[in-house]
Amino acid sequence: MAKYDFKLPDIGEGVVEGEVVTWHVSVGDSVSEDDPIVDVMTDKATVTIPSPTDGTVLSLNGEVGDMIAVGSVLIEFDTDGTGLETPNEDEGPQVVEEKKPDEEKKASAEIEKKVEVKAPEISKPIEISAPEIPVSSSKTVLASPAVRRRARESGIDLSSLNGSGPAGRIRHADIDAFVAGGGAIMGAPPVAYSTKRSGINEVKIVGLRRKISEQMVKSAFSIPHFSYFEEVDVTELEGLRQALNASRGEDQPKLTYLPFIMLALAKIMPEHPECNGYFYDEEGLVHRHEAVNLGIATQTDRGLYVPVVKNVEAMDVWQAASDLIRVSGAARSGTASLDDLTGSTFTITSLGREGGLGATPIINHPEMAILGVHKAREMPVVRSGNIEVRRIMNLSSSFDHRVIDGADGASLVQHLKRMLEHPAMIFM
Amino acid sequence: MTEIRKCQVLIVGAGPGGYVAGIRSGQLGLDTIVVEGDKSGGTCLIRGCIPSKAMIHAAERFESLSKHSSENGHMGISISSEPVLDMPSLISWKDSIVDRLNKGVESLLKGAGVDLVKGWATFTGPKRCTVKTSEGNIEIEAENVIIATGSSHIDLPFMPCDEEFVLSSTGALELDSLPSKVAIVGGGYIGLELGCALSKLGSEVTVIEGMDSILGIFDKELRRPLEIWLKKHGVSIHTGSLAKGAEVKGRGASKKVELSFEKEGELQSIKVDKVLVTVGRKPNTKDWGLETMGVRMDHSGRFIRIDRQCRTNVPGVFAIGDVSGEPMLAHKASSQGEMVAEIISGLNREFDKVAIPAIVFTEPEIVSVGLMPDEAKERGEEIIVGKFPLAANGRALTLEAEKTGGFIRVVARDSDHVILGIQAVGSHVAELHGEFVLALEMGALLEDIADTVHAHPTMTEAFHESVLKSLGHAIHSA
Repeated sequence: MAKYDFKLPDIGEGVVEGEVVTWHVSVGDSVSEDDPIVDVMTDKATVTIPSPTDGTVLSLNGEVGDMIAVGSVLIEFDTDGTGLETPNEDEGPQVVEEKKPDEEKKASAEIEKKVEVKAPEISKPIEISAPEIPVSSSKTVLASPAVRRRARESGIDLSSLNGSGPAGRIRHADIDAFVAGGGAIMGAPPVAYSTKRSGINEVKIVGLRRKISEQMVKSAFSIPHFSYFEEVDVTELEGLRQALNASRGEDQPKLTYLPFIMLALAKIMPEHPECNGYFYDEEGLVHRHEAVNLGIATQTDRGLYVPVVKNVEAMDVWQAASDLIRVSGAARSGTASLDDLTGSTFTITSLGREGGLGATPIINHPEMAILGVHKAREMPVVRSGNIEVRRIMNLSSSFDHRVIDGADGASLVQHLKRMLEHPAMIFM
Repeated sequence: MTEIRKCQVLIVGAGPGGYVAGIRSGQLGLDTIVVEGDKSGGTCLIRGCIPSKAMIHAAERFESLSKHSSENGHMGISISSEPVLDMPSLISWKDSIVDRLNKGVESLLKGAGVDLVKGWATFTGPKRCTVKTSEGNIEIEAENVIIATGSSHIDLPFMPCDEEFVLSSTGALELDSLPSKVAIVGGGYIGLELGCALSKLGSEVTVIEGMDSILGIFDKELRRPLEIWLKKHGVSIHTGSLAKGAEVKGRGASKKVELSFEKEGELQSIKVDKVLVTVGRKPNTKDWGLETMGVRMDHSGRFIRIDRQCRTNVPGVFAIGDVSGEPMLAHKASSQGEMVAEIISGLNREFDKVAIPAIVFTEPEIVSVGLMPDEAKERGEEIIVGKFPLAANGRALTLEAEKTGGFIRVVARDSDHVILGIQAVGSHVAELHGEFVLALEMGALLEDIADTVHAHPTMTEAFHESVLKSLGHAIHSA
């Protein structure tokens, strides 16, 4: 038996380790040269590593989610008859397929530059490859032969779908939904016919989800959050919004509340400089930024992204709306550039469609404040002794209490409330 | 001068794998050649499944006629004289079926536009071979090759088959008279199917098996009705016994063969008219130039190694059927053949079957689809099992199918009721298996079967009942 040890090759400048995101093979599989064997995610990109040889997989080193150092053995092959054996020298074959090498190089150069000037740490992952789907590969697929055939012909991996049939059986309708959703995992959770349910689905927290998890821990456990809620009467703002939308030009986007809130924040921020920028807690240094770069928390099929609309202070409402649509769209489609995903000084999380009365948003470390915007709805309100129907929107905010006092945080929110209730002030 | 032919698909062997691949390939408009050194149809059709089933049916008929001709008759029907077996006529009836199917295969190939070349192919490279035909040599160069060479009988080196006294299954299907005593070496499905048939026709049968039990592929519960039948019919079974040799003794018409075997450390011997050797089958990987193709073998070194698309390591060379691994079953080969033709035509296919049914045509018949209870437990499944006896099924009684003590058994996962396996043993249960396989391929739950109406009076009701039993509410069961 000829054994061939394949080591994790150097997959990019400065990359010293990678996280196993998906194994495409398992022990005992026979593989041909260039078959994909594993997806490895680094700080910069997810790359698919092809097999260097024909052979049979003897062992896989590392579970999904494990970090593997460059140069350590990733996989062992039995290459009987193909003549390829582990060379004595240290260098393994350089067989790496990078998905977007140009973009990646640019990205890495930029990261290095930023580190020098002590810019904020890049906390948002840069997603370049297709979405990774963490499922245990041992799951057997329950689907009829016709469904299996259709999936194969459409290039769909059935193990990545949730079947909506009994016992999680995958039906044609589930494939329809998967295709309609552009590859998003759809379908109701398995509904068993029987009364007993005993399964436990292990979901590895890897890739983007792990980065989100780490970032949340950092934010929640290093920042003492002070949360503050307020309700805002947006009846007038709604009137203005409707009027502007009714008269907008063809190339102008439809306005939501967000561009107005963004503009209002940009306008009042000079009076609340303690809320805009970064707190480098380890160095005991706060950077108060003059520019108002607003991170917009965006839910995507791959998880939470925070694309950034920059220099809102220099925009009008149409520009803010356009740029908001551009960056959030890019984040959803996975085409956001590194620049789109970095540099926010304050974050807005819009809970819009999901509504809700209040939430305690987690600050995007090392920023110092975050604003949550809830769905506006009509409410009975007492005004001058009369009950009136008014349009009310709730705001939830959190501040880093180490550097922002309660009064300062409340002051920002109250100021914002005044602007939104008398929207003409935003434009004066 | 040698003629050189080119084609898109070259198929070696016209057995159930090769001829199906050929027909499908022709249907898909591929320029296809099938090479066969013998008659089309392969082991299955010429000297396996089909002829043995003809013999088994005839034996069953003979046995039931014998019952009617016994003293008081049977079922109120009696025949005044005993049935008489004319072996050569039985063989020629069987041959007529084989001939019909053989011609059918050839005309189907022709109808699909496939060129059938009769002769022995010898490969000189991965996609090039020379076929020796009665009209001279033909060179064939193909873009794609499907190896479907099948398998053949395994000889015991110390007692090779002469097909006169020591027979392979082939010889057993060409008998000119009924042997009064037969010893069968190897208690697997081939030996036992023929053993049951010979016993019904009136032979005294002895089975020599090396393992602890006959038909070791099935669990004890499934084997039990067969073991009882064999015992009742005077078939002696020697398990844990190894054949040591066969010697022809006597002269002229009184020639007998003495089979010696070792059981529990003791050497024993029996004198019989014929010894039938059925110790297994080996893939046909020799004498046709496989070594020149650069095709890799699997871990055991016996079979050609293939992936889920039946591809070998050589691009454009596929292998299907017995030569490419267990289970060595005709229907697996056919299914692979169909698939490979579609892959070559550019369709995206994979051999992703949930289950390959296995059927043994002994008396009673045994069917197994998917996992048996022990296998399911070994895989870590928490299971529920439902078993329903044929003795509680009306149709089975009218067919006397309950007399062999059969049952239907369903194995399902406890948590979500997905059916993992279905087994049946009993007279006439073979034809029930279609629903079993469909249930597994469709990913059926116990409730899917429970909510399906099964016609009365049929034996399929017993399947329905076995499912109800697993759910705790069988109707016709105490």
